[in-house]
Amino acid sequence: MKDVRDALMAARNSDGKLVRRPLSPHLQIYRWPITMATSILHRVTGCAVAVGTLLLTWWLVAAATSDQAFDTVQWFIGSPVGLFCLFGWTVTLVYHFFNGIRHLAWDVGLGFEKQEYVLSSWSVIIATVICSALIWVVGLIAW
Amino acid sequence: MPENSEVDILRSPLGRARGLGSAHAGFHHWWIERVGAVALVPLTIWFIVALLRLVGAPHQAVIDWLRSPVSMVLMLLLIVTTFHHFSLGVQSVLDDYVHQPTMKLWSVLAIKAACVVLALLCIVSVLKIGL
Repeated sequence: MKDVRDALMAARNSDGKLVRRPLSPHLQIYRWPITMATSILHRVTGCAVAVGTLLLTWWLVAAATSDQAFDTVQWFIGSPVGLFCLFGWTVTLVYHFFNGIRHLAWDVGLGFEKQEYVLSSWSVIIATVICSALIWVVGLIAW
Repeated sequence: MPENSEVDILRSPLGRARGLGSAHAGFHHWWIERVGAVALVPLTIWFIVALLRLVGAPHQAVIDWLRSPVSMVLMLLLIVTTFHHFSLGVQSVLDDYVHQPTMKLWSVLAIKAACVVLALLCIVSVLKIGL
């Protein structure tokens, strides 16, 4: 035994023989249900939205600095890399927004039945696609 | 609590009474994260709509927008709640995935510092434009 935690794995079977307990399957063994994907995506998108606040900060600071600084940030946002960042920020923010509402519903005890949480998982994904597309269609028309 | 519940044996009665978990801060972190999340629902919708109306707008239009007291107040609320929610959320992620205690401490401190600096940059910018 290398680690004291190994002691928890030692047991006797019904014949009284000393055995090593089997380990329950780990994450990569399971087929990914949609709920597992939406759960981890909440964290991933949360972190991505957090990174996106750098762009918001840059934009506000530039707006408070000078016309030139503002032109620079507007140029970046309009560049292919900037548009990609902005698109990523839109999708992750919209996802985190809808899935966050799902979390708030869970917090008050709603939506714990299997059918309900599978349906709400898909609803969040569909709402994210529709809403992100809508924001970009409106944005590109206005541009 | 059932008599045969072995899981709770290692918790002291005081620990149970005070309701403190492994973070030693009870449910405050959890609760305050939710309060911010609820506030962010309307604020985010407002922000996206406001940004869509500013797409392609010149610098002066952005300044005029932030000069209106309503936009300024909502923008300040959005900034404070967003960075607060950001700091709590990313801290949860670090608490869960960074196992080495020194790294955990430093990474959490770095995130807290980054949130304060970014939030202040945004707040000061909005105030400088709006006031």
